[in-house]
Amino acid sequence: MSAILEVTDLQVSFHTRHGVVKAVDGVSLRVEAGQTVGIVGESGSGKSVTCYSLLGLIPQPPGRIEGGRAMFGGQNLLGLSEAELQKVRGSRISMIFQDPMTSLNPYLKIGTQLVEPLRLHQGLSKAAAWARGIEALREVGIAEPTSRMDQYPHEFSGGMRQRVMIAMALITRPELLIADEPTTALDVTIQQQVLDLIKDLQKRLGIAVIFITHDLAVVHEVCDVVNVMYAGRLVESAKAEALFAQPRHAYTRALMRSIPALQDRGQALYTIPGLPPDLSLLPSGCAFRARQTEDRQGLCLTDRPPPLREVAPQHWIQDCPGCVEGGLS
Amino acid sequence: MLRFILRRLFQSLLVLGVVFTATFFLIRLKPGDPFSGEKAMPASVRAQMEKRYGLDLPVWKQYFVHAAAFARGDLLPSLRYEGVPNAKIIADSFPVSLVIGLSALTIAIGVGLPAGIVAALRKNTWLDYSAMSLAMLGICLPTFVMGPVLQWIFGLKLGWLNVAGWFERSDWILPSATMGLIYAAYIARLTRGGMLEVLNQDFIRTARAKGVPGRQIVMGHALRGGLLPVVAFLGPAFAGITTGSFIIEKIFQLPGLGQHFVGSVFNSDYTLVQATTVFYAALLVLINLGTDILQAWLNPRVRLT
Ligand SMILES: Nc1ncnc2c1ncn2[C@@H]1O[C@H](COP(=O)(O)OP(=O)(O)O)[C@@H](O)[C@H]1O
Ligand SMILES: [Mg+2]
Repeated sequence: MSAILEVTDLQVSFHTRHGVVKAVDGVSLRVEAGQTVGIVGESGSGKSVTCYSLLGLIPQPPGRIEGGRAMFGGQNLLGLSEAELQKVRGSRISMIFQDPMTSLNPYLKIGTQLVEPLRLHQGLSKAAAWARGIEALREVGIAEPTSRMDQYPHEFSGGMRQRVMIAMALITRPELLIADEPTTALDVTIQQQVLDLIKDLQKRLGIAVIFITHDLAVVHEVCDVVNVMYAGRLVESAKAEALFAQPRHAYTRALMRSIPALQDRGQALYTIPGLPPDLSLLPSGCAFRARQTEDRQGLCLTDRPPPLREVAPQHWIQDCPGCVEGGLS
Repeated sequence: MLRFILRRLFQSLLVLGVVFTATFFLIRLKPGDPFSGEKAMPASVRAQMEKRYGLDLPVWKQYFVHAAAFARGDLLPSLRYEGVPNAKIIADSFPVSLVIGLSALTIAIGVGLPAGIVAALRKNTWLDYSAMSLAMLGICLPTFVMGPVLQWIFGLKLGWLNVAGWFERSDWILPSATMGLIYAAYIARLTRGGMLEVLNQDFIRTARAKGVPGRQIVMGHALRGGLLPVVAFLGPAFAGITTGSFIIEKIFQLPGLGQHFVGSVFNSDYTLVQATTVFYAALLVLINLGTDILQAWLNPRVRLT
């Protein structure tokens, strides 16, 4: 299969008053047509910045894309002008966000916002776009779509708003959907419905999805390929089955231990001790060393960042002798 | 909507009643009376005047007589300008205040809004800094400094406009500019703050992710919410501009209502105090109703109940 998006060695930093925050440091990703690619990691590991950078959505300044390439349909997204990016955003690559309560414009009718991408990118007339909007709402399972078009976001529940966001993102039939923690802010009961909706639409429309989450359980359910991020770097990347069958990196294993559904009932939930490192003061070696719990942290690299290594076909790990058994062999 | 307006109008009547009552008694607590001018009045003349205007009655009786008259819409005659109806005094002078006030407000919005929007969009550039420094200056400058400065430049130095008075068609310009520029400063700061707040919201990121071009994001997505603080300010601003024009009227020698509003208190012109106060109160109530409706129109989350 050919890749529709191929990101190589992306480097993004924020130049703030308190120093340079290396938010993304050498991340490479590959998304094939129709595939669902997960990016997992704790909050602050650089998942959102990775994806926002591709579409020119990080604030610049303070943000700066320091290097890398992102080939999409024969062009490097990182080299496009703002005007060229505007033609890609919402047309060929769409996004949905974590918090549906704040991601819709409270001052505009649902219908107006929903059909805006059609009006912008496909030049549809108001009436034609509105009709497509009604269809789009129906498609994501919103009852009485005709009258709902005239309502405002505050008249929708959180789950319904996320459905509107999904409808809005897919209304132009993009090739790629970037979903940034689309279920994190929702009630548990609603999470599953929204997840099912995304899976279902993805299959029906044959689009590729980049699914950002901090929850490995969600990844397990929806993703074909998983990229585990820590402190701005890729730690492990593999086909989902391979990764769940044999997680190679200590951080991936720690994330798996913290999946609530896999833990024994009645026990205190396991969480990884400590906090992710300050990205403006990254250690020169293995960034996970300070939190590593597998009694091998003495072996972690301290003088240089562990290199990414392909240990099996399409299974990449950050090769640190402390975090990977038999690492750097 | 209609029910909301009717309810508010009904509430307004209560407010006006309270304002009338408070004014009626407070002004009578003030030392002096309508006939205590510079030269003393013979006791017999005074007694005759008091009888004519009903001031010889007990205060509570006067209150009911006046309240009944006001309730009928009769604002009574002035005590000082003998026999001239207060309604006529207001009708003669308020149009001047209104012309000045409306043009000042137009200047304030016309200058303040664009300045605030540009400052927000060009945050932390020289454009932002210069606009906001000017605004700070405008806020700090009192009218009685700004007015004379404009008079000196455009009246004396350039000779383009009359320094003061209300004779020519162009005489509204300087007083309106004086007030308008000061309010423009407030509006610019409020607009900048409101726009910056909205431009930081998640839904602006959503709009960008949809590929909406920058200008359209400002006009279509940010302006509505960004203007809310300005609209909330417009009510008090309009009130301040139309009622607080006393100093302006003094500086520019204008025959507006502000002079009567203040002068009547000094003169203990009881009925004129009541008339101007109730008139201004009614005006404020209407303006606030107007801004509430405007806010509800801009912000769908506001329900008019
Ligand atoms: N506008 C910004 N200015 C400075 N630092 C930022 C900004 N946006 C993100 N960062 C930094 O980039 C890092 C990665 O953030 P993010 O990609 O949002 O994490 P994630 O999505 O994985 O939770 C964080 O450490 C954050 O502090
Ligand atoms: Mg994030």
